[in-house]
Amino acid sequence: MRSEDMLTGGQILVECLKNEGVDVIFGYPGGAVLPIYDALYDSDILHVLTRHEQAAAHAADGYARATGRPGVCMATSGPGATNLVTGIATAAMDSVPMVAITGQVPTTLIGKDAFQEADITGITMPITKHNYLVRDVNDLPRIVKEAFYIATTGRPGPVLIDIPRDVSAGKTEYRDPGPIGLRGYMPRLAGEPAKVAAAAKLIAQARRPLIYAGGGVINSGAAEYLRKLAETIMAPVAVTLMGIGCFPGDHPLFLGMLGMHGARYTNYAVNECDLLLAIGVRFDDRVTGKVDSFASHAKVIHIDIDPAEFGKNVPVDISIAGDVRTVLVDLIKNLTCNPDPAWQEKIARWKKEYPLDYSREGLRPQAVIRELSDMLQGRQYRVTTEVGQNQMWAAQHFCITRPRSFISSGGLGTMGYGFPAAIGVQVACPDELVFDIAGDGSIQMNIQELTTAVNYELPVNVAILNNGYLGMVRQWQELFYNRRYSQTELTNPDFVKVAEAFGAEGLRVEKSAEIRPALEQAIASSKPVFLDFIVEREENVMPIVPPGEAISRMLG
Amino acid sequence: MRSTYSVLVENNPGVLARVAGLFSRRGYNIDSLSVSRTDDPTVSRMTIVVEGEKVVLEQVTKQLRKLVDVIRVRDITDEPHVDRELVLIKVNADSGTRGDIMQIVEIFRGRIVDVGEYTSIVEVTGDEGKINAIENALKPFGIIELVRTGKVAMQRGTRTVLVED
Repeated sequence: MRSEDMLTGGQILVECLKNEGVDVIFGYPGGAVLPIYDALYDSDILHVLTRHEQAAAHAADGYARATGRPGVCMATSGPGATNLVTGIATAAMDSVPMVAITGQVPTTLIGKDAFQEADITGITMPITKHNYLVRDVNDLPRIVKEAFYIATTGRPGPVLIDIPRDVSAGKTEYRDPGPIGLRGYMPRLAGEPAKVAAAAKLIAQARRPLIYAGGGVINSGAAEYLRKLAETIMAPVAVTLMGIGCFPGDHPLFLGMLGMHGARYTNYAVNECDLLLAIGVRFDDRVTGKVDSFASHAKVIHIDIDPAEFGKNVPVDISIAGDVRTVLVDLIKNLTCNPDPAWQEKIARWKKEYPLDYSREGLRPQAVIRELSDMLQGRQYRVTTEVGQNQMWAAQHFCITRPRSFISSGGLGTMGYGFPAAIGVQVACPDELVFDIAGDGSIQMNIQELTTAVNYELPVNVAILNNGYLGMVRQWQELFYNRRYSQTELTNPDFVKVAEAFGAEGLRVEKSAEIRPALEQAIASSKPVFLDFIVEREENVMPIVPPGEAISRMLG
Repeated sequence: MRSTYSVLVENNPGVLARVAGLFSRRGYNIDSLSVSRTDDPTVSRMTIVVEGEKVVLEQVTKQLRKLVDVIRVRDITDEPHVDRELVLIKVNADSGTRGDIMQIVEIFRGRIVDVGEYTSIVEVTGDEGKINAIENALKPFGIIELVRTGKVAMQRGTRTVLVED
C-alpha cells in the first residue's frame, strides 16, 4: 500500500460522515479525540462548539427533531463522554436519530483505569439503540455505516461509537464497507394485510372512534395520512406531548394533548370512546394514568414500528407492527365508518363547557404563550421547551400546525434541554424563528450556551416564564404535600444582565400589555434574546390528574 | 410460569452484558443462563430460563429481539425439547462413606471424577429434576462445594432455532 493512500482513523471517520450527508457536528474537543478534531480542521463539516457536552447532545437532538436527519455529537473520553449521557438518554426516550461519537483512551490502556477512561459503551448500553467500541481502524467504515443505518431506520434512536485514540490516529487505506449485513436487525415496514383488514373492520363498527397519535406519526412522516384518516372516519384526534404537530392544532377535529395535563374534554373523550386508534404511541404512564381505567369502554387498535410496545402497558385488541405511514396508506384504502353524530356533538359540548382557560389578572404565563402563538401563525417558526410548567403550558396553549415545529423532552423530561435544542434547531433552520419556552429553573441548567448562540450568531429567543420557583415541583408540593415548599423557591440572577454579559439581548416584561411589544422586539432582533417574563408566582398547570388516578378524574 | 428460550446472538464482545443488562434493568429475573459459541464461530447460543407471568415473558422476548446483536429468539417451553444440566459436586468422602456415595452415583448414572483423601467430586448430567435429586441424595454426606452449568436445551426432531416444522 502506498503511503499517500493511507488515512488516519480520524480522516476516515470524516470521510464516512460526509458519505452519510453529515453537514454539522455539535461537540467539544479533548485529548482522546484530538486525531478526529485534527481531521475536522481540513473538512467543510461545520463544527458547533458548545460549552458543555450535554448541550452538544441536546443540540444534535434538536437538529434531528427539526430535520428528521440524524444529529451528530462528539466528545472526548471520560467526563466528556459521560456528559453526553443525559442527552443520549433524552434522545433514546423520545426515539430521536442520533450518532454520538466519543474518544476513548488507547486500546492498550483500556481496562487500566487510565486518565479520562470511562467504559462509555457499558454506561450507555441501556440508553442507546446500539453502541460500538472500535478496536481496529479497518472496522471504522463498516461501523459508521451501520451506526447511521441503525439510528435512522425502524424506531429511531441514538447509537454511540467509541473510538480509542490509537484507532483514530492509526493509519490504513479507506475502503467502502459494501452493503450492510446485520442478521439480527431487520425493521418491518408494511403491516400484516390481515391485521390491517381486521382494523378496518373494527373501525367500521365503531360509533365513537378516537385517535390517539404520537411521535411515531412525525418520525415516519405520516402527518398527511393521519389527517386523511381522521377526516375519513370523522374521529377526533388527541395527541401525546411528542405528537404535538402531527395533526394541525387549528383543525376542528383536534383535541390537543391527553393525559396528566390533558384538557378535560380530551380526557373525557378518551374515557368514553368505543374505539381507540393508537398510532405511533407507547401508552406512557403520563398519558394513561391508572391503566385499568384508561379507555376502558374501547376496543384498542395499536399501530407502531416497535412490536415491543404492544401490550407493554395496556392490552390491545389489534396490533399492527410496521411503519406508521406505510400502515396508514394501506388502512386508508379500504375504510368505511359509521360514527354517531351525537359523539361529535358531545365533544363540542364538552369543549364549550370545559375550555382550557386561565385568569386574565396580572401577567399570566398562559397569556405569554397565547400571544406568542398568535404572533407566529403564518410565519415559519419552531418552538422548543424546557421541562415543567413552561412545557405543559406550551403544550396546552400553543397552536402548532405542522410536524417538527414543537420540540420538547417528553420521555426523560430533561431540564436544560430546550435552550441547547433550540440552538440545534436554529442551525438546522437558519431562516426560521426559533423560540425556547423556558422556566427560570430550567434555563439555568444550560445557560452557558448563550455563548454558543452568540458566537455562531444564532438568533434564538428564550421566553423565560419566571415565577421564582421550580414551578411544577412547587405545584405538586402545593397540591400533594400540604404547601411545604421544600427547596423549590429560587433566588435567580438578573436574566437581562446575564444576557447582556454574554453579548446577547435581554428584555424584562412585568405587565401583560408589554408582552407583545417585547416579543416583537425579540423577533426583530438579530441577536439571541432572553425575555424575562415576571409571571404570577403561584399559577398552576390545570387540569391535572393526580398521580395514579384515572385520567377522567382531573383537578382544576 | 417458567419459560425456556433459545437465543442466537452475534459472537461480539459485550453481547452477554447486553442480554443480561436487559433483564436486570427491566426487573426480569433470570433463573439460569448458559452461553457459548456454536459450530459457527460468529454465532453464540444462549439458553435462558426465566420465571415470570405471561405478559412479562412476552416483553422478555420482544425486548430481546430489539437488541441488534440478537439474531433469533425462540420460546421452546411448549415445544418438544431435550434439556440438560451438568453439575459438579464435591462431597465429604472417606473410606467409610465412599462406597455408599459410589452406589448413589451409579444409580444416577453419574461419575466420580476426582478422589481425595477426604473428598470426592461427582459429575452428573441430566434434567433439572435429576440434578436436584442427586444433590439431595448426597446432602447427608456433607456437600462442600457445588457448581451447576444451568440448563442447555435443544428442540427435538427437525425443528431448530432457525427452522420450524
